[in-house]
Amino acid sequence: MIVAFEAANSFSANLDQIFIFLRNWLVGFLPAAVQPAAAVVLDVIAIVCVFPGLFALTTVFERKGLGRIQNRLGPNRVGPFGLFQPIADGIKSLTKEDIVPLSANALVHFLAPLVLVVTVFMGFAVLPMGRNMVLVDMDSGLLFFFAMGAATELSVFMAGWSSRNKYSLLGAMRAVAQMISYEVVLLLSSVAVVMISGSLSLPAIVAAQNQYSGVFPHWYIFTPWGLAGFLMYAIAATAETNRSPFDLPEGESELVAGYHTEYSGFKFALFFLGEYLAMFSISGLGTTLFLGGWSAPFSFLQFIPSWFWFFGKVMMSIFVFIWMRGTLPRLRQDQLMNFAWKFVLPFTLLNLLVTALWHFMGEGWQRWVVCSVILVAAYALMGTISLRGRHIGRRSYRYAE
Amino acid sequence: MLGDGILKGMAETARNFFGSYVSKDRLTTVEYPEERIPTAENARVFPFLVYDGADWEAGLRCVACQICEKECPPKCIYIEKSADKKPDYVGKPQFYPARFDIDISVCMSCQICVEVCPFEAIKMDTQFELATDDRFAGLLEDREKLAKSNEYYHSIHPTEAAEVDARLAEEKAKVEARAKAAAQAAAAKASAPASASAPGAAKPSAPPAKNEGGS
Repeated sequence: MIVAFEAANSFSANLDQIFIFLRNWLVGFLPAAVQPAAAVVLDVIAIVCVFPGLFALTTVFERKGLGRIQNRLGPNRVGPFGLFQPIADGIKSLTKEDIVPLSANALVHFLAPLVLVVTVFMGFAVLPMGRNMVLVDMDSGLLFFFAMGAATELSVFMAGWSSRNKYSLLGAMRAVAQMISYEVVLLLSSVAVVMISGSLSLPAIVAAQNQYSGVFPHWYIFTPWGLAGFLMYAIAATAETNRSPFDLPEGESELVAGYHTEYSGFKFALFFLGEYLAMFSISGLGTTLFLGGWSAPFSFLQFIPSWFWFFGKVMMSIFVFIWMRGTLPRLRQDQLMNFAWKFVLPFTLLNLLVTALWHFMGEGWQRWVVCSVILVAAYALMGTISLRGRHIGRRSYRYAE
Repeated sequence: MLGDGILKGMAETARNFFGSYVSKDRLTTVEYPEERIPTAENARVFPFLVYDGADWEAGLRCVACQICEKECPPKCIYIEKSADKKPDYVGKPQFYPARFDIDISVCMSCQICVEVCPFEAIKMDTQFELATDDRFAGLLEDREKLAKSNEYYHSIHPTEAAEVDARLAEEKAKVEARAKAAAQAAAAKASAPASASAPGAAKPSAPPAKNEGGS
């Protein structure tokens, strides 16, 4: 009995580390001198293959999900249940003509999608995707991640500026204004986690959450400040990745396609890929900061491999992104800015204070009550103030009807 | 409360998402090549020529009067009149089209040819899957391709075809009755002045022929 239990235990531990074993086994064929470099190259290859693969799956599931939300079938022609749709899309975008406008700055126009994809891929380097599964265990991993995230804004502006097209430029302006506004919120909501865990290293943050009281984990989302921080992080992440309802930079009703209006063929596909990879990486960071990273949601589920939990949580976040896209209409530019600076940012700042209070009140039930009351009261107050004097409901027309 | 509208909206979309897997009548999509909705009875695409009986060439109702060719707004009909004649449905000898072509790449489905045809010979088809890789010859239909049986006409436009059949039967009955009456009159005339000379016997045969020509 005990032997069987231990065998099962060691089996699940082996499954947990299967990718590490696989890498070490492959690297073992090489001479010792090149082994460390080869290990890193293998890791990079894995990241560069897995996430675009997920991107391909996500595009087809997004289209099917949006279809179902609108009571349609979604793509179902290419392959079983339309699962080979991304292959058809890929062939299409590869064989399309690559057009560079005559008056565009050809070099910058060419570099913009590359900068986007490269910087987004860099972000994955510090994400722990499972136990021991992190490419670079950097002490300041969070900082590195945000530095790379900020570089995507550069690529968006490069694309908009070099195209020499009014729609591209307007889209890029909007994108930069939006991304910088929400970058602040994104950072500040993450700072709360850093304050509690006391580390900028992402594996350390996961380790701090990978503890259990009874069967329940110590994820930060299960604390008042963590829940508030997670919600603010989710709003900022949606805006950062230009997803609906914050997809103004590519609002097709007014801007054709925003900053990638002048892109076609494979360069456009790279932008598309970059956007989805940014979604994955920002979901991965949110998972790491608030949802316990690769740790299991209950202590008795720990036998399931850690990488399964990480990717499961990321895909759940992607599902919520798609769900929101299927539900919410696009905001107006002034609403977007008002929301960022008048609601999300003050609330995130307040959350920082609440986090500090949580830290200094020490263990006990009092801090739960105090922190929850402050956050709920602030939310209710800000809600009443911002909704005051506004009639929300069916629109009434003065002259029509 | 701030944000409850968003939650309500999310609940609504979730209901649609899961509901579309549960109840079939939420999904209105018809997956066209595999499944299709029957066309409406008064649907129309391009014209075709109606024939009676089994042989399309013999049964073609068209008498090559060329009214449709003249009326066709985009001029997509081309007709060559035959040199000889063949009997039509009432048995009267008529011309027939030696050639009858419709260029369906030009046809605009206006149905004017159908409206003007006095012989109920041209009708609108419901066949719409006419895509071809030969855009000239593939879209030029000759009389063999255009000829479709009266039974087919009944199958696509039952009400209209029944009306047409009734009208034709009435016409035929009228013609037959008239021919009979004429024949009787002729017989009566022939029997009454039986003592009359030979030239009188030649006369009665002319009026029925004139009658038929007028119908």
